[in-house]
Amino acid sequence: MITTLQPIFARHQGQAGSLLPILHDIQHELGYVPEEAVPLVAQELNLSRAEVHGVITYYSHFRRTPPGKHVVQVCCAEACQANGSEALAAHAAKRAQKGDVTIEPVYCLGLCSIGPNIQIDESELHAQVTQKKFDALMDELGDAK
Amino acid sequence: MNNLDHGTPAVTSTREVTLTIDGVNVSVPAGTSVMRAAVKAGVMIPKLCATDSLAPFGSCRLCLVEVEGRRGYPSSCTTPAEAGMQVKTQTPKLAELRRNVMELYISDHPLDCLTCAASGDCELQSMAAAVGLREVRYGNQGANHFAAAKKDISNPYFIHNPAKCIVCNRCVRACEEQQGTFALTIGGRGFDSRVTAGQGESFMDSDCVSCGACVNACPTAALIEKSAVKLGSADKAVVTTCAYCGVGCGFQVEMKGAQVVRMTPWKDGRANEGHACVKGRFAWGYATHKDRITKPMIRAKTSDPWREVSWDEAFAYAAKEFRRIQDKHGKNAVGALVSSRCTNEEDYLVQKLVRAAFGNNNVDTCARVCHAPTGYGLGQTLGTSAGTQTFKSVEKADVIMIIGSNPSEGHPVVGSRLKRRVREGAKLIVIDPREIDMVTAPHARATHHLKLRPGTNVAMLSALAHVIVTEGLMNQQFIAERCEKQAFDDWREFAARPANSPEAMEAVTGVPAADVRAAARLYATGGNAAIFYGLGVTEHSQGSTAVIAIANLAMATGNVGREGVGVNPLRGQNNVQGSCDMGGFPDIYPGYRHVSDAATRELFEKAWSVNLQADPGLRIPNMLEAALDGSFKGLYCQGEDPAQSDPNTQHVQAALSAMECVVVQDLFLNETAKYAHVFLPGASFLEKDGTFTNGERRISRVRKVMQPLAGKADWEVTMGLAEALGYPMRYEHPSQIMDEIARLTPTFAGVSYDKLEQMGSVQWPCNDKKPQGTPLMHVDAFVRGKGRFFNTQYVPTDEKVTPRFPLLLTTGRILSQYNVGAQTRRTENVQFYGEDVLEIHPHDAEERGIKQGDWVGIQSRAGDTVLRATVTERVQPGVVYTTFHFPESGANVITTDNSDWATNCPEYKVTAVQLVKVEKPSAWQQRNAREDEKQKRLLAGAKH
Repeated sequence: MITTLQPIFARHQGQAGSLLPILHDIQHELGYVPEEAVPLVAQELNLSRAEVHGVITYYSHFRRTPPGKHVVQVCCAEACQANGSEALAAHAAKRAQKGDVTIEPVYCLGLCSIGPNIQIDESELHAQVTQKKFDALMDELGDAK
Repeated sequence: MNNLDHGTPAVTSTREVTLTIDGVNVSVPAGTSVMRAAVKAGVMIPKLCATDSLAPFGSCRLCLVEVEGRRGYPSSCTTPAEAGMQVKTQTPKLAELRRNVMELYISDHPLDCLTCAASGDCELQSMAAAVGLREVRYGNQGANHFAAAKKDISNPYFIHNPAKCIVCNRCVRACEEQQGTFALTIGGRGFDSRVTAGQGESFMDSDCVSCGACVNACPTAALIEKSAVKLGSADKAVVTTCAYCGVGCGFQVEMKGAQVVRMTPWKDGRANEGHACVKGRFAWGYATHKDRITKPMIRAKTSDPWREVSWDEAFAYAAKEFRRIQDKHGKNAVGALVSSRCTNEEDYLVQKLVRAAFGNNNVDTCARVCHAPTGYGLGQTLGTSAGTQTFKSVEKADVIMIIGSNPSEGHPVVGSRLKRRVREGAKLIVIDPREIDMVTAPHARATHHLKLRPGTNVAMLSALAHVIVTEGLMNQQFIAERCEKQAFDDWREFAARPANSPEAMEAVTGVPAADVRAAARLYATGGNAAIFYGLGVTEHSQGSTAVIAIANLAMATGNVGREGVGVNPLRGQNNVQGSCDMGGFPDIYPGYRHVSDAATRELFEKAWSVNLQADPGLRIPNMLEAALDGSFKGLYCQGEDPAQSDPNTQHVQAALSAMECVVVQDLFLNETAKYAHVFLPGASFLEKDGTFTNGERRISRVRKVMQPLAGKADWEVTMGLAEALGYPMRYEHPSQIMDEIARLTPTFAGVSYDKLEQMGSVQWPCNDKKPQGTPLMHVDAFVRGKGRFFNTQYVPTDEKVTPRFPLLLTTGRILSQYNVGAQTRRTENVQFYGEDVLEIHPHDAEERGIKQGDWVGIQSRAGDTVLRATVTERVQPGVVYTTFHFPESGANVITTDNSDWATNCPEYKVTAVQLVKVEKPSAWQQRNAREDEKQKRLLAGAKH
């Protein structure tokens, strides 16, 4: 763990308020923030374990367990909800049970007029996603375990 | 037992502002919150997240007020009072807002007030009443108090029940601001917000140190003492002083009849200001433990069974034996040890008994084995055998230097004060062989940790002095005005010698010279610099030299005589300062006056109507030696356990075995009692009146909340023994003893129980010149006149590593256990630390094939014992460390009888040892276990 963290710590050496940037870097590197990283981050920043834990659990962005091969974020903000994202999210969750995909809620992807929207692997945006379109995207992704 | 809560902390400011609150004019120091100002005006503003021990937070939204000319409804806890402000705390709009807020709280809180442990002492309940809550429109089906709200009962002393939590953050803030541990946080967000220990583990598994600050801060029953849950609410509260360490925290003992419900830290206690630690706060159960001996007992031989007898028979037997010994072996063949745990009044009586009834000066205290070098060193240099400051003075310190002390374990409330000051920006220098908690505490990391080799304090302190002298960092004006010139000139020449430079000393201390130079510069030039030190300084062959070296540094930099600076010895036991002040030494009368001083002797001879000896008596080690020589045969040992606490156990055991009459006065059948002929049951601090004096010279009242279990308080026991010896001393109440002390001791002349009642506590000297006591010593001049420098030549200890004993053992203690553990081992504190372990660096462990948890044999030239290993980088390579809280560990079987050159204080902190992996306890441990069993059988026979 420490060998993963050392370069990240080095990048943020001396930076004020570096806890969030460090947590982002860890998640970017590992896909999540492992429990074992918390004491090391705390020690590096002269914080307590509880303080770091508090920040990680406050932000829904930070994962505490490893994600699946792919992460699909379903927008659950108001505009998408109005266009049926709740049903889509339920469908997505059901399909994800079979595959190696992590479904996460996200609050607004900035395409409110053409929801419901999803984002795959934090890079690929899709608008007006029906359940059928979702399944097609998953097939394309090869979401099976 | 609620005390008035002002809502936000007091502010010190010389500028006053006047404002109007609900039509009442009130003046407060600028910066005071509107909430606190309102309390002064007699107006209580509703509140939940505010309490005066914590910085304002402004989250509960109950304390909203209206301020004329301002929009909105600011929270009064976060709004500073301003001149001319017109504040309204009760308007129809405010009432509506508060009720609405309260409705939301209650919609997610169980409605089980009648069966709740906090009932009658719940701020949520009181606030619901205060805001007139009559209905909850949202129902009370909120999820928090039903789903997933699992109680955490892991801590032995308190529970955490998230169902009752209103997420006011007070516990989290108390852990951060008061205690400085940062063990708690709010996990999650929104409805999922929960008070969380560590990374979501139980309180016991987290970094929690069980100080109880969170429990104290909790406004509901979310965090509450198990004893309060079990026993219900108290019917009275009595203010008293903690009987553990030398911090001397004020407590309220909450009582229900003769039963203690809980002990809570007293906000007006000046040493602790409302804070506490796991020992004082929770570990009081020993006082009524089944092991308490409550009947006097005697036996002719230590192999005989104990026999319960009446007090009179016990006194008569002891007195007859002491007189027989004195007739046969001479007047000086008997002596006594006064207790650092008993009250000033009791200590005074024991030394009076020795001097007046035994007719010799053979009296000593366990300060001999801890802070005797402090008495000597500070007496020589500054003129007073005590610390120079109040603990609170650290709030003005800019640099804090901790030497040979582990405050967060040994003196936790002072440790928390120090951490707080470091978080506020003061710089911290730690000089210690181990990486103690203070080095890396959250938000309070030390600027320098000088990780020196054990036994090289004087080399380190001389090197620091060298930098200060040669780099021109001295306070020349202070030295010229306040110190003896010749002695200073000698010292300056000495300190400047190249042999004392950090570079020259690097080979001795093992600390890079550059670090030493940087630390010296910081101490000398960083502003107000305060030194805190402990037994890691005194318990060495050069203990007194190191204390002198510390005083030298303070004088050379002018860091004495004002707030925020000074020399602060952290005293080990609750009344070790008092036992010294009361003349518990073979060479001094109460108030540190030498027995050879004719005028003082005459004063006591007249007052006590006896002739007194002008020659100093025996120190503890001399008594033991004399016992082995056959010239010392009788010992009256009050509240002390030399068979466990003194070095070289086998030597102590042999000496005790050689005596003909050992009288032990204690709560429990301690290790020394195994060698006793008479056992006089002692009384706990809850069972008697008296005073304790803490490490800042503060005299505080101890108040009786229950009858002595054995029928007599310790002062009454000593009176009984004195009477049987034919020297009656009659007092109706300890206050009369204090009156006698005051009459005969100039530094205590102004002390009386009436004054203590009035002031709460007072710091000596307290007399006509200082009727209100003396918080700060040496303000305009040193007590001895001019401060005196002494050269502090480093002399390595004889206890050196050799091929046979290649490692250095150093000893210390741990937060949850206290000293020989007689008290804390009989509480749930054993759940935190159940046995002494040996800390060893991974390199040394690997070299010897030792793994975590292995049994390790530790051999020194004095003896050997076996402990379990803990492999940790907290110790440096070449150094091993253990504690001495459990008698079966035999930590002092290994320590040697090397001692401080000036005071005989044992060199506990340095013993050369070798380690081997073993399979079973040592021969001594096996013998000791057998003897333990045997003595238990002899005790069982006592009851008939």
